[in-house]
Amino acid sequence: MIISRKKFLKIAGVSALAVTGERLARNFAGAMQSEEQKTAGALTTKRLAMVIDLKKCAQEEGCTQCIDACHRIHNVPVIDDRNHEISWIWKDEFKHAFHSAHNEYTAKHIEHLPVLLLCNHCGNPPCVRVCPTKATWKREADGIVVMDWHRCIGCRYCMAACPYGSRSFNWTDPRPNIKEVNVDFPTRTKGVVEKCNFCDERLAKGKLPACVESCPQNALFFGDVDDAGSEIRQVLASEFAIRRKPELGTNPEVFYIV
Amino acid sequence: MRDRSLIYLGLLVFLAAVTIPFTYNLTASGSGSMPDLELPENETQCVESTEFMRSSHMQLLVDWREDQVRENIRTYTSSDGRTFDVGLTNTCLKQCHARKEDFCDRCHDYAGVEEPYCWECHIDPEQIQWSGQ
Repeated sequence: MIISRKKFLKIAGVSALAVTGERLARNFAGAMQSEEQKTAGALTTKRLAMVIDLKKCAQEEGCTQCIDACHRIHNVPVIDDRNHEISWIWKDEFKHAFHSAHNEYTAKHIEHLPVLLLCNHCGNPPCVRVCPTKATWKREADGIVVMDWHRCIGCRYCMAACPYGSRSFNWTDPRPNIKEVNVDFPTRTKGVVEKCNFCDERLAKGKLPACVESCPQNALFFGDVDDAGSEIRQVLASEFAIRRKPELGTNPEVFYIV
Repeated sequence: MRDRSLIYLGLLVFLAAVTIPFTYNLTASGSGSMPDLELPENETQCVESTEFMRSSHMQLLVDWREDQVRENIRTYTSSDGRTFDVGLTNTCLKQCHARKEDFCDRCHDYAGVEEPYCWECHIDPEQIQWSGQ
């Protein structure tokens, strides 16, 4: 059989169209399906968040019960050298914590108001995006930004990326600086980054985070902001709450009632 | 043939060198015996069979680690249907092998295994001498 050049080109063209068309159709069907799965998953997942009532928090001056409880439970070392300091939760003044909300005429009692600071468990966490080993990631089930210390190589990209300074690096072996050891929780080692984990080990046992539980003023609220009936949503609906640096697009999940 | 004595001497040295491993084991006392492990009093069966644990405990521990840290799966169901909390300190040590040095370390020493770096972070409750307490 002799095929003319014209006929050959026709057959080749039709074949190419058939192959690419089939691929396109498949990709389109796949995209539709994954979209469906995403929405189906969203119904079962949670978005854990925290509300801190600064008025209540400031009632007991110099109180550090939440900080002590957290650091004791998680074997966080106490290091006096500020360059080597490790903190999961700490306090700073309003003018530092909410830099853009502060101005030169801000009332003194607001300016120096102690603000409780911790990892914001961002909806769009920059630390997760930069981690080269996936040692930190956002858990799909509840939105906690967790860490795998086994996998952390100590490059500190996450620390550079975090706009809240929520992460600390172990410059030295933390063990000699742990005052009171909790054997139920591991320590970290030299060369590893650490931060607040929203007490994911306690949540797994149905307990609240240690800071929330230990607060004598009940100034901390914790729950699922995706659940319209939750306590945290009621608090947010009744009080005016702000977040730290929301303009960066990180979508922080820690809210402050001022 | 006047090198005969030298050749015999050389052969003797060669034989002695080749048989060193055997003669060393014959003369060294007790070096061939298995380590004497301290077994838990309250339990007779580990999470899996002894043979499996002996050959694959390291893989099991890595699987536990991946399950708990990355997948948030905190219980382990053994092949005979029993369930355990996943945890090196909280399950392995606290529930059974209270004295790590009489179990883990003894066998690791015998087998020439370096101390695994698990213990740089995971706590052996018996040895907290590093703390500021």
